[in-house]
Amino acid sequence: MRIDIEWLGEMLQRDLDPERLAEQLTLGGLEVESVRLADTDEAAGVNGVVLDFDITPNRGDCFSVLGIAREVSALNGQRMEPLAVPEVSATVKDTFPVTLAAPAACPRFAGRVIRDIEPGCRSPEWLRLRLERAGLRALHPVVDVTNYVMLELGQPLHGYDLRALGGGISVRFAEDGEPLTLLDGSRIALRSDVLVIADDSGAIGFAGVMGGQGTAVSEVTRDVFLESAFFSPDSIAGRPRRFGLSTDASLRFERGVDPLHQRRAIERATGLLLDIAGGEPGPLAEEVAAKQLPQRKPVSLRLERLNRMLGTSLEAGDVDARLDLLHIAATRERDGWSAVPPQFRFDLEIEEDLVEEVGRLTGYDSIPVVAEQSPRHVGLSSETKLADERIADALCSRGYSEVVTYGFVDRDLADAVNPGADHVSLKNPLSQEMGVMRHSLWPGLLQAAQHNLSRQQARVRLFEIGARFARGADGVLETRVLAGLAIGAHLPEHWEGGARDVDFFDVKSDMEAILALAGRAADSDFRQADHPALAGGQSARLMLGNEAVGWLGVLHPRLQGRMGWKQPAILFAMQLERTARARIPRYREYSKFPSLRRDIAAVVDDGVSADRLLQCVRQAAGDVLNDVTIFDIYRGKGIDSGRKSVALGLILQDRSRTLTDTKADRIVACATRQLERDLKATIRE
Amino acid sequence: MASPARLLEQARAALQAAGDLAALDAVRVEYLGRKGLITAKLKGLGKLPVEQRASAGREINRVKQAVVDLIAVRRGRLEAARMDAELANRVDVTLPGRGQPVGGLHPVSRTQRRIVKIFAAAGFGVRSGPEVEDDFHNFTALNIPENHPARAMHDTFYLDTGHVLRTHTSPVQIRAMRSEGAPIRIVVPGRVYRRDYDQTHSPMFTQVEGLAVDRGISFANLKSVLYEFVSSFFERDVELRFRPSYFPFTEPSAEVDIRSESGKWLEILGCGMVHPNVLRHVNADPEKFTGYAFGMGVERLAMLRYGVGDLRRFFENDLRFIEQFR
Repeated sequence: MRIDIEWLGEMLQRDLDPERLAEQLTLGGLEVESVRLADTDEAAGVNGVVLDFDITPNRGDCFSVLGIAREVSALNGQRMEPLAVPEVSATVKDTFPVTLAAPAACPRFAGRVIRDIEPGCRSPEWLRLRLERAGLRALHPVVDVTNYVMLELGQPLHGYDLRALGGGISVRFAEDGEPLTLLDGSRIALRSDVLVIADDSGAIGFAGVMGGQGTAVSEVTRDVFLESAFFSPDSIAGRPRRFGLSTDASLRFERGVDPLHQRRAIERATGLLLDIAGGEPGPLAEEVAAKQLPQRKPVSLRLERLNRMLGTSLEAGDVDARLDLLHIAATRERDGWSAVPPQFRFDLEIEEDLVEEVGRLTGYDSIPVVAEQSPRHVGLSSETKLADERIADALCSRGYSEVVTYGFVDRDLADAVNPGADHVSLKNPLSQEMGVMRHSLWPGLLQAAQHNLSRQQARVRLFEIGARFARGADGVLETRVLAGLAIGAHLPEHWEGGARDVDFFDVKSDMEAILALAGRAADSDFRQADHPALAGGQSARLMLGNEAVGWLGVLHPRLQGRMGWKQPAILFAMQLERTARARIPRYREYSKFPSLRRDIAAVVDDGVSADRLLQCVRQAAGDVLNDVTIFDIYRGKGIDSGRKSVALGLILQDRSRTLTDTKADRIVACATRQLERDLKATIRE
Repeated sequence: MASPARLLEQARAALQAAGDLAALDAVRVEYLGRKGLITAKLKGLGKLPVEQRASAGREINRVKQAVVDLIAVRRGRLEAARMDAELANRVDVTLPGRGQPVGGLHPVSRTQRRIVKIFAAAGFGVRSGPEVEDDFHNFTALNIPENHPARAMHDTFYLDTGHVLRTHTSPVQIRAMRSEGAPIRIVVPGRVYRRDYDQTHSPMFTQVEGLAVDRGISFANLKSVLYEFVSSFFERDVELRFRPSYFPFTEPSAEVDIRSESGKWLEILGCGMVHPNVLRHVNADPEKFTGYAFGMGVERLAMLRYGVGDLRRFFENDLRFIEQFR
């Protein structure tokens, strides 16, 4: 909300220093976002100063010059007395009938007929200027006057063309589907919880939000009906937003306007309008449902609790004074007060609200700084969860950079990565490119890689730790995932010569490193499996026991083409709930005896996986096998086509004695026999 | 034939003249080899009269041992010289190393770790919660009923499942207090979402929420913990300013500004005393327990700490940005 500082000074009857005022209000809880020269003034040849406020939703009472003036006074230790507004004497007897058909939602409606205003006249410069400084456009004098009074007193008003009104006005809830054409020309269909102003023809206004087109004042309007009503916050709140509306009136009614202000506002507006456009005012007619008007309930405030909450040592007299400045009627009770907030404050309902008010006027900067009694609390630190930090640090050390991508991604790309996935989608996305919740971290990584590749980065290695989202049995299934992408040379360009491109096995070792950090290297294995985003020949599913917990593979050429990349990219992903469940190391005494190495060259069918070979050897060799590695794979001359020669290095070691050559030979013989039998291997000498 | 003493002198001179290990070996063979001069002397002992043999033998053996010792000394010198000569062949130590360079750690992670570490040292546990929330945890339990104007402040993303993307990490206050009860001291880092996108707003950003509920906790305690946090985070004494503000889930509420090095006030976090309605939602008696809560934007702190001027840099994932943080 913007306010002309001159207007504020006029109401407070003193000159104001803009910067000091802004700081005082900001420290009092009314944040002044900016102090600036009014940009509307050039034409007028004056230099007004405008304060731009960011008013919090609890302070509906501050959406006016009056409300701000009240705060300024209180912060300066002065209690501002209510404004006196002169009453206008009626010169004609006309009134217009009003029925409060929903008295809880609208318990007060002040109305006045004004006949024979001068059509086509214009508001005076000073008034136009104040409106413009507040960010409103000067229009028809009736509209200008209602806006002016709203800015001044906080009470929104509405002016109708009396001749367009049929029968009488009823303030009621809409029928379901009841149509209404608003001032701005938009047509809406109402629902039964929307309060409307209606005449005999139906709804003519969205109560407290916006008037209707059919009854609006215009250049030819001669007779006016002014409305100054109190609509309860509950009956307005949330409705405008449903229709994509937010108006100066709804902003105030949703937060609560002073229920005692309706007459004062209409008198003020009548006086101004008569000055500008002349006319014959009728008597002020008011419909009231007194029992339905908001009642401020007394709130009890205990001095001891107040001091305990704030950490202050205020005395009762200090509190008395501050409550009085805020128009809170407080009577002393045994251990504190019974305090009745003023009608214009809708936000003071409980003791803590009053504690804040007293603290605010005391000044938060005056509240002492006191360290808590040390809580003597030893936090949980679980060793069974591999911390994200260790994963991130390990990957950074392996040349990856961490990225942070949005939780929502482009549906097209998401579909390309996970065709057929039932994506959780946003009902109100910012754009199509942010339309669905990510089912995988890969779309975000592909885009991040793309960003860098198109900016002359030839070598890109990225990872992200974050949630992915899938539709679950009861709502959304959120899974924490580590995912990464590598493209370009395996190593940076080096003086010894160019490096080859990164491949499946480079990235596999990165995944294995993370699994090793969690103590899961031995429990996990990679199995050949197809993923729609990965190239068929080079993709694997990461298994932990019998559970599928991740993927590794080369980006499918279809996606590589879509991204427009010249080289293949390697992608990986692993679920962290499973893989980061760390095993606590259990020390096992190592053997002090020397080990022996024996090599076997086994020729097997191409389809026999390394895992099967190793498993076969481990099974046959038993406990004495300390380690087994594959140190060469050969296909070609001397080997039948469809077969491969795999060189295995066995490290043999006994735990309780020095292993003899004889025993080592026996174990190797046993392993070769098993390879021959189980895997149809032929052993090369 | 030369006397043993003379042989020793000759050998000493020959060894001195041997410039490398091959020459040294030739000298060894000349004196101590199978047909060497000293070997020949030893062989000739048998031809001496019996009474002279013992003393001549001692003399020759003494010389032999002396030559062996001299050879060992000379060999040591020559080997050392050879090693020195080999080492003189220097590599260019200024050539770059080989292997993977260290990648960048995203500054949001770096900052978040720092924040969490500071609070962990002060006795706060670390908790997390889901990014997809229900209306109850994101709003209602935090004293933001339906139609409350504060909902408009949050610009919520809605999902087709009827859930929302959490607009703050505050729902974890509710989840943690419901499962652990009071007293509690926790911080909650996490991603949050608001439907707002411009130069100073990102639709996704990172928050760290803090919560302490115990007997006798006051606003003065809140001020204290935040003063300590801020000066620890920036590693200098920082001037703070507490301004009254409004959050539905705290009462009293405040926003905190820090005085930047240029003297400007910059907003860094929101905080307040936990609203009694929130305590009631988690079955904590507001008469027994009071508490404070705070929430800070991680990107905001990272911007101040590392001099990043544009919020959007954090989400472009440009390596030229990320690799400046490791």
